[in-house]
Amino acid sequence: MDIEYFLELFFSGLTRGSIYALIALGYTMVYGIIQLINFAHGEIYMIGAFVALIVAGVCTIYGLSGFAILVLAAAIAIIYAAAYGYTLEKIAYRPLRGSPRLSPLISAIGMSIFLQNYVLLAQTPDFLPFPRLIPSFAFMDPVAHIIGSPELVILITTLITMVLLTLLIKKSRVGKAMRATQQDLSMARLVGINVDRVISLTFVIGSVLAAIGGVLVASYIGQVNFYIGFLAGVKAFTAAVLGGIGSIPGAVLGGLIIGWSESFAAGYFSSDYEDVLTFVLLVVILIVRPAGILGKVRKQKV
Amino acid sequence: MVRELKQSLLISLWFVFLTFPLLVVRVNTIENVVVWRWGNILWVAIGAFVLSYCWRYMLARRKRQTRKAEEGVDTRGPLQAALDNVQLRNRAMAVLLVLAAIFPLVFDTYQTSIMVTALIFVVLGLGLNIGVGLAGLLDLGYVAFFGVGAYTYAILNANFDLGFWMVLPIGGVLGCLFGVLLGFPILRLRGDYLAIVTLGFGMIFKVVMENWKTLSKGPSGIANIDRPGLFGLEMTLEQSTVFIYYIIVALVILTIIVTNRLKNSRVGRAWIALREDEVACVAMGIDMARTKLSAYALGAFWAGMVGVVFAAKTTFINPAGFTFMQSAIILSIVVLGGMGSILGVILGAFILVLLPEYLRAFSEYRMLVFGAAMTLMMIFRPQGLISNLRQIYQYKGSKDKTAHDG
Repeated sequence: MDIEYFLELFFSGLTRGSIYALIALGYTMVYGIIQLINFAHGEIYMIGAFVALIVAGVCTIYGLSGFAILVLAAAIAIIYAAAYGYTLEKIAYRPLRGSPRLSPLISAIGMSIFLQNYVLLAQTPDFLPFPRLIPSFAFMDPVAHIIGSPELVILITTLITMVLLTLLIKKSRVGKAMRATQQDLSMARLVGINVDRVISLTFVIGSVLAAIGGVLVASYIGQVNFYIGFLAGVKAFTAAVLGGIGSIPGAVLGGLIIGWSESFAAGYFSSDYEDVLTFVLLVVILIVRPAGILGKVRKQKV
Repeated sequence: MVRELKQSLLISLWFVFLTFPLLVVRVNTIENVVVWRWGNILWVAIGAFVLSYCWRYMLARRKRQTRKAEEGVDTRGPLQAALDNVQLRNRAMAVLLVLAAIFPLVFDTYQTSIMVTALIFVVLGLGLNIGVGLAGLLDLGYVAFFGVGAYTYAILNANFDLGFWMVLPIGGVLGCLFGVLLGFPILRLRGDYLAIVTLGFGMIFKVVMENWKTLSKGPSGIANIDRPGLFGLEMTLEQSTVFIYYIIVALVILTIIVTNRLKNSRVGRAWIALREDEVACVAMGIDMARTKLSAYALGAFWAGMVGVVFAAKTTFINPAGFTFMQSAIILSIVVLGGMGSILGVILGAFILVLLPEYLRAFSEYRMLVFGAAMTLMMIFRPQGLISNLRQIYQYKGSKDKTAHDG
């Protein structure tokens, strides 16, 4: 076996996987708190990527360059994704709190379709090339055939983001409130936590993570269109289920497993069935261990 | 008043901010040009302002209605009340039947062909309604069963020269089989997992059909599928369309009768019970696995059958016709019409298929509107346009003997 080829696949899988993990975190956090699959989460990711593309495009034309664009585009994309996530929750999910389980899920699917077509109509149905914003570092040259500069940047960014997120949840006051709400929503309300605000915040944090993922993946793959959010969203959700939905380390693990399995399958076999692999994996996991790898098996209380 | 005005202005401002990059700026990164569409700001501002008032009004109305319903006041609209009247309903049905029978004699082939499409979606909606509406199993890959039926006919017809009538039941049975096959591994899953696995199944079907070239000829699809035959008669295109129209009308009637009977049967009541409360239902001794599987299998059966009709109608199928968007359209038919309600689903199918057909100018906004409608329906009218008719037993005094039979 060619070790270099193996390493190349390993790192490309790691890169992909870490982006899936970023998106999966949004699913898992929302699901942990209100037991809802936020179907429109993939669309938030897509909107993040699109806003970054628009900002980058405008900046390039008006003469900014390089690193400044990357920071500006990422910042604005994050703000907008957070705003969309917040609004989405307010409009489509909050009025449905306390309705039968199927209602918010269908509402989420509706919003996913709506947002896709909103971007399609407001912008374009075609793929747009995303400017190469991540600079290539000279010190990466010797190993460039195994791991390139964009991959390195993505891995480091994801790592920092995840450390920050863990700190936020484990150490801060807000994080404590989030954990309490996840454990027992009505009890959290009784001890004086503003549950509505916590839920909004969860959507905002999830959207921020998705936007970071969106900007990174767009500059890595190099093109964006209105449909990228759908497949990425489904895969990220699969990652969240794989790792055990509701569990944050689980989402990261699940993302990495999916990233690697895709990368290795495409590298050693064929990429024809790449997208199917995720679902086969999902079905197998759900049969063998429905709670996911790191998920707790919850007993159903009556 | 002032407070509401202020709130609406703020909402309007928020949406201007929200839609600014996507609606105002259009950048083309290939040619490096930016188009600024400042006019859109105005539309968004006015639109959001007006809609925020509507939103507030609707929310208040919803609150009033739930309060009324709790007090036991009749909140049915005039349409619903008319539908609950059995005599009126039977007459309306008779009129509809006559209209359906003479439709192709009055209208031309083009209209008939559109009607066939609408009726295909009626059957699909009714089939999905068994799973989603009655048993509460959300299926996001329903179109795959439709595809199974269509491909069954296309492949058997191309390779073994089997005729339409032969394949029609085979398509249904195969759809049914795939329903059971898919149902088995996910029996233990809760509703939301089910949604994602069925979504995956839908995608697997499409990808397999695209890549398994020896079986399905890949993305280019299968062409020249035979139209349905009638004792070997030679038919022109027009006659054939009319013939298919009558076939699908018959299929629709069959579906309506069967699903209606199923709904009030032992199995049907088990489905509804399962939808309402799974734990309680199992505690009452209902076999969950069998009940869920039967809902899946029966739903898939209709999709398989109507898939055969679809393939015979278009004479050409390819994997691109069986995407998630199709599943989403079928789902919105069920949601819009009213989950569990047969009449509602029929109405939903007509609205969703015929409106975009006749309002061609707005057809690109179709999915945008469907998506928004799904969310709005869930919030303001979860029971759909026509809610599920419940069996009403009325005591009409001692002279009326039918009351005892009912």
